[in-house]
Amino acid sequence: MTTYIVRRLLTAIPTLILISMVIFGILALAPGDPLGQFAANPDVPPEVRQNILHQMGLDEPIPIRYVKWATSWIAGNWGYSFASRTPVAGLLLQRLPTDLWVIGLAYLAAILIAVPVGVISAVKQYSLLDQIATTSAFIGYSLPTFFTGIVLIIVFSVRLRWLPFIYNVQVHDPVGMVKQAVMPIAVLALFNSAALTRFVRSSMLDNVGQDYVRTARAKGLEQRRVIVRHVLRNGLIPVVTLLALGLPAVFTGAVVTEQIFRVPGIGSLLISSIQNSDTPVVMAVTFTYAILVVLFNLVADVIYGVLDPRIRYG
Amino acid sequence: MSAVASTRSSGLAGVPVASRIGRVERPRYARTLWGDAWRRFRRHRLAMAGAFVFLFLTFGSIAGPWVYHVPINTLNFGTSMAPPSALHPFGTNDLGQDMLARVMYGGRISIAVGIAAMVMSVTLGVLMGSIAGFFGRTVDLVLMRITDMFLSLPALPLLLLTTYLFRDPLMRTLGPQLGIFWLIVGVIGGLNWMPTARLIRAGFLAVREKEFIEAARSVGVGPVKQIFRHILPNVLSPVIVSATLSVGAAIITESTLSFLGLGFPPDVPTWGRLLYDAQNYLDLAPHMALFPGLMICLAVLSINYVGDGLRDALDPTRIF
Amino acid sequence: MQRDDIRKLLKDHRTHRLTRRQVVTRMGELGLSLGAIWTVLDRAIALPARAAAGGRGSQGTLKLLYWQAPTIVNPHLANGTKDYHASRIVLEPLLTADAAGNLSPALAAEVPSRQNGGVSADGRSVTYKLKQGVKWADGRPFTSDDVLFTYQYVINKQTASTTYAQYQNIAKVEPSDAYTVKITFKEPTPFWYLGFVGAYGMIVPRHALDAYIGSNARNAPFNMKSFGTGPYKVETFRPGDLVVYSMNEYYRDPNKPAFSQVQMKGGGDAVSAARAVLETGEYDYAWNLQVEWPVLDHMVAAGKGSLLTVAGGGVEALYLNHTDPNKDVDGQRSSLKAPHPFWSDLKVRQAFAMAADRATMAKELYGGAGDASSNVLTTPSKYYSKNTKVVFNLEQANRQLDEAGWKKGPDGIREKGGVKLQMTYVTSVNTLRQKEQQIVKNGFGQIGANVTLQSVDAGTFFSSSPGNNDTIAHFYRDVEMFTDSFGIVPVSYMEQFYSGDPMRDIAQKENNWSGQNLCRWQNKDFNALYDQGVKELDPQKNTAAWIKANDIVIDQVAVIPLIDRKSVSARVKTLDTAGNLSPFDADTRNIADWRRTG
Repeated sequence: MTTYIVRRLLTAIPTLILISMVIFGILALAPGDPLGQFAANPDVPPEVRQNILHQMGLDEPIPIRYVKWATSWIAGNWGYSFASRTPVAGLLLQRLPTDLWVIGLAYLAAILIAVPVGVISAVKQYSLLDQIATTSAFIGYSLPTFFTGIVLIIVFSVRLRWLPFIYNVQVHDPVGMVKQAVMPIAVLALFNSAALTRFVRSSMLDNVGQDYVRTARAKGLEQRRVIVRHVLRNGLIPVVTLLALGLPAVFTGAVVTEQIFRVPGIGSLLISSIQNSDTPVVMAVTFTYAILVVLFNLVADVIYGVLDPRIRYG
Repeated sequence: MSAVASTRSSGLAGVPVASRIGRVERPRYARTLWGDAWRRFRRHRLAMAGAFVFLFLTFGSIAGPWVYHVPINTLNFGTSMAPPSALHPFGTNDLGQDMLARVMYGGRISIAVGIAAMVMSVTLGVLMGSIAGFFGRTVDLVLMRITDMFLSLPALPLLLLTTYLFRDPLMRTLGPQLGIFWLIVGVIGGLNWMPTARLIRAGFLAVREKEFIEAARSVGVGPVKQIFRHILPNVLSPVIVSATLSVGAAIITESTLSFLGLGFPPDVPTWGRLLYDAQNYLDLAPHMALFPGLMICLAVLSINYVGDGLRDALDPTRIF
Repeated sequence: MQRDDIRKLLKDHRTHRLTRRQVVTRMGELGLSLGAIWTVLDRAIALPARAAAGGRGSQGTLKLLYWQAPTIVNPHLANGTKDYHASRIVLEPLLTADAAGNLSPALAAEVPSRQNGGVSADGRSVTYKLKQGVKWADGRPFTSDDVLFTYQYVINKQTASTTYAQYQNIAKVEPSDAYTVKITFKEPTPFWYLGFVGAYGMIVPRHALDAYIGSNARNAPFNMKSFGTGPYKVETFRPGDLVVYSMNEYYRDPNKPAFSQVQMKGGGDAVSAARAVLETGEYDYAWNLQVEWPVLDHMVAAGKGSLLTVAGGGVEALYLNHTDPNKDVDGQRSSLKAPHPFWSDLKVRQAFAMAADRATMAKELYGGAGDASSNVLTTPSKYYSKNTKVVFNLEQANRQLDEAGWKKGPDGIREKGGVKLQMTYVTSVNTLRQKEQQIVKNGFGQIGANVTLQSVDAGTFFSSSPGNNDTIAHFYRDVEMFTDSFGIVPVSYMEQFYSGDPMRDIAQKENNWSGQNLCRWQNKDFNALYDQGVKELDPQKNTAAWIKANDIVIDQVAVIPLIDRKSVSARVKTLDTAGNLSPFDADTRNIADWRRTG
């Protein structure tokens, strides 16, 4: 196992270099430029435009820009935001706590809902509870987050006046902090738990009928123990996969939900940076995300081995 | 070498695996995997109901406009945001356009996009995942790093770049409607196969080591046959779940794409777009959101029940 | 229970049934600590007792909501309007201007004019007298040297300032004493009020930026934490999210500002911004609400707030491509060498101008946020031409096309000599614009045209990158729709129709699509009037020249103007924003005078 991890970590380096090249290429070639807003404004003469481009280092060929970016990245310098003319790392750090608090909690809530609900609806397949869980999971999944967000706002903010719908980092009292985080967390948890529930249920169903479960039952083990000890453990493999895919996304935030509730997380920074073609910020966020993806997929592979000792990576 | 026997072997408790490999236990009447599946599927009431609803939605979208002749684009501000009535069964939108006509027209596109994108992402995901999981080692390493790369690509700039590169050539070769259709399907399918691939691979890693596969291998079954006949049927359930989920996701994603200027022309209604357009009018004219939202829900829910039925029907561990 | 009691106490206090001291005593009886009481009193409630006295900082926090988030608070490095608004809370120009273009002093002591000798008769210079005794928020005095510095800072090309164009015509800035400064122009100009005025004219302190002039500009802490002569200074700034301002203790009026703190929150979308002010009252003020009118109207009916509108938000127009977007000449489409197959026929252009239903668009989509427009130049209002009118007449349009020889084919689409009236009509992605497209398409369809709609992501559409074919400057479509915004001076706005030097002025490959004339329309009469308008020193003649230039654009149907847009903002009922908005300065220009009334 150790050699496997070492080998994977070593291959991660060329992988990440390749990924960074591809991302850099996409960002450099994608349409749009950081001066977008000025194009419609005749007050900015071409020579100033040229100067701004030069300051941003955008007047050089793409390969050179890549090498410059890569060397300074390794040196720990993530570059300057075009829009704020300020270091990118600072911008990200400013938003990370909010991100972890809102998006992280939402993800945790989704798991805490999805695993028990999925297990129960698998064990009691086609019971009333399973039907309710299935139907609500699909309603949750088929309504996009922009829509559920607005419905919640209209009900809880406009009609009932219970909750504020604009997230404000200046709020420091615990009640206020919880109140303003409730709706974004609910929207995200609903959406994420919907899909997760389905996967937990199906993978539990796959295992409920297996030989070893019958054996366990035949041994006279009580139902709860069979489910938790045996079925759940084996049924978790696809769930681990999905979690490994989902956790890096906590870092990049949830674009739509953050926009609706104005949560100043990394997702809203990413989307506005993309819209302004603020490449250094987009590059920093996506590349950090890439590192997390590679890392968490490695973690997932290790966990597979723990959950099911038969799995070999030979 | 019977496919039926071997794939089902792991499910028959208590019988030594080796004895099931040959043609020893031929069932009393001729049964095939698919025949069994169909028989079980028919007995699954919710699945049948789901199939019926989905066929109804599809049929209604295709044939509806032949019967219901109201145009989708006529502007009439005199009757804007009218609630459902005999004249406009689904009401009208803020421009006074008939919602029923638009929902039916939109259904054609949304269902087609949803199914086509699902087929594409599942095919890609199954291929990548099963090859990586089956062969392991270097193949696994390379394919999974490619998956990692696709997972970490920034979607939005990539979409903008894709449109920029491919929209005009596709529209020229396939015509404006079809060109955009395939562009959208390609984009959605091409960017959503990764979770399926990872799930399939994880399943393959687990199943590949099971006794019946070892047995199959030991009697000289080739890799292609091992993958598709023996292992795949045992890891199908996450595929079915992700396939059914991805239809809904594709319908929603399509509406997001049109807001990047990547989708169909702005006056072409699709379910996702109708829902998006209705969001500002939720408290003014809730019916504008209700009907497209209901259609998406129904489509997703019915496909899911079909998926559930398929899962149960194809489950190799079930005896009847 | 307890909270209700407190609320009741505060209400009694507000309605003067209890004095502040009584409130404090009774709250103490309810078991609140003294600190908590003061917090409650200060934060939760606007206190009319102190407000009536007009004391500085007596009214707690003012919350502004900008759905485009400010990313920098140095106006000369701004990326967009929101940044000017965020900076204007802190910094001031010499003069400000209202919607009619009337000037009034900010840091200047008076408005220079011919009468008071400030403006020279030959149009070569202007002399400002500055207010005395004004201090920067760090206590240092504001002098004419800061005006000179602002010029030096902006005009240094390495600074890459985005307000550069306003200062281009200035030859030198000379302080003659600490409170007098003379500005000399390169060319005589009637528009001496281009620099140092309004949102582009804010004066920045030399002592904060002296070390950061030129290519070092982006490293200045000032960009993130600016301070100035205005009523507030930046306390904390989270780019793209929130600016918190605290009072400038050195602000020149001892009784202002009324609010002790200002928060400017950014992000989200226009609809929910409107909702937060008009329906829930969570925020006091929301800027730039480009929302379908029925939606806004419905929100106003909730009774929590009202709308502020001002003309001058720009003219939404259909730009007709006067060159052929489908013919490739020397590696570019829409080349000057290939005239457009049907827009080159004036009769066709006139017919389509009559087929765009602007009145319906104005009434159903814009409501109070815009009027049907028959002019391209509408702002400042003195330039508004009375010689044109909005015509919507499908019959006449059809007749005119019949007479011009465009006959309807079997598919209902007109054609002449093998050319079909088939067009692609593009605009940016925006729900309102997509509805406008449908209205226009509807009208055009009824006079025998086949219109294909297209929408392009705004970031791409308005970008200036030479490599992208989807930008407004490439114009590889037959019709495009967008709004060009006005300046206080019509020169740069009208430049979009000018073709004095086609190679420079018209967007094309040869100039990397940087030319301002996007519709590739050329007209000698217009050019002559434009040249006159730039130079003419006599105010009456100058205005007349611009009006005539507008009339030519309309008569020749270079573009089809649709809507004269207004800027729309919303405020809660209890907020008094003291006067009107101005398209030439930020909404926040008079924030020192804002106060709560209820």
